[in-house]
Amino acid sequence: MRVLLRNPRRELEVEGPLSVGKLLRQLDLNRESVLVVRGDTLVPGDAVLAADDVIEIRPVISGGALA
Amino acid sequence: MKCTVCRGPAVIDLRRHNANFCADHFLKFCRDQVVRAIDEHHMIEPGDRVLVAVSGGKDSLALWDLLLELGYDTEGMTIGLGIGDYSTASAEAAVAFAERRDLTLHGVDLRGDYDYDIPTASAVTSRVPCSSCGLSKRHLIDKAALDGDYDVVATGHNLDDEAAVLFGNVLHWHTEYLGRQQPTLVERVAPRHGGRRVFPRKVKPLVRLAERETAAYCVLRGIDYIVEECPMAEGNRHLRYKEALDAVEAASPGAKQAFYFGFLARAAARFAPDVDGAEAELRACARCGSPTTGDVCAFCRLLDQVAGHDPVPVELVRPRRGRRRTRTKARS
Repeated sequence: MRVLLRNPRRELEVEGPLSVGKLLRQLDLNRESVLVVRGDTLVPGDAVLAADDVIEIRPVISGGALA
Repeated sequence: MKCTVCRGPAVIDLRRHNANFCADHFLKFCRDQVVRAIDEHHMIEPGDRVLVAVSGGKDSLALWDLLLELGYDTEGMTIGLGIGDYSTASAEAAVAFAERRDLTLHGVDLRGDYDYDIPTASAVTSRVPCSSCGLSKRHLIDKAALDGDYDVVATGHNLDDEAAVLFGNVLHWHTEYLGRQQPTLVERVAPRHGGRRVFPRKVKPLVRLAERETAAYCVLRGIDYIVEECPMAEGNRHLRYKEALDAVEAASPGAKQAFYFGFLARAAARFAPDVDGAEAELRACARCGSPTTGDVCAFCRLLDQVAGHDPVPVELVRPRRGRRRTRTKARS
């Protein structure tokens, strides 16, 4: 599957099928800090991603100056 | 994974609530959390005019969308910070959101209106960019709210923001800041200003939502926000506190909300500031008339230092270990 990562933006090829939980562990990502997006919706932690899926792992932490 | 409410397919699991939601019930959950925050902390009254501080990021756009969904009378305000491509993309996201919904979005541009920007301010003052950025935002949003006669300013601070600020304030025992860390800051009037309102009421309706939830809200509502992180915030203290709290949350779901809501319920009142005394001290800034305890307010002092300098590119001031300081010169 094709995995888009942000900050910095880059793409990875990962062998599937694979569960979301396993993919995040493989990439050493904290599930509280990211969302997994496929198309225009979200993929929950127990979903299995197919070999031909295109997904985005979107970080959710922001840390600029607060007004 | 099934939705806890309707047993349909879930799209998100919220371990801190021990719940899973389908898209519809997750959006309802977000609205319910905002309604609860507004009610519990007396944030917005019926008929209030609300000025929403909009950056183009997930929190401010989710906030504006949620307030519209709940029927509030809102207008937005965005500030051009001059942080290169990041500011350009942020403004585009904010403008696109407003145009698509036919909303009023006011804009202030630091370079165009005040002859400085955040990278230059950071270089000239030799201080972290978030310092002049926060000061500028607070001053300009307060000013816009008072000038425009809005009843309340709404900002997109979420549960993670508040927990991280609380963590920092406790770590360093900033008791004065702990006293002010409330979801609602009431408006303030000052005797030396003829009893006029000098600070607008400021509210944080997203304090019951984690930032993973505000991001999820935007995805499910089809809101395009700027995903990229501010290049000047890289590695800042606030982000490090968030990462530390996320590690705790991963091991102990619900820890963050217990920390923050426990503070509000059982500790915040112990640090309440002497507001009456502080207001008696407030006088009008000799330059702009804003409330200040000195002769000139912090924003005008910043302008004295930084306005008129040649713009410093973001790349030269973004945080990086081992980078040498940038020298700047004032324009003649």
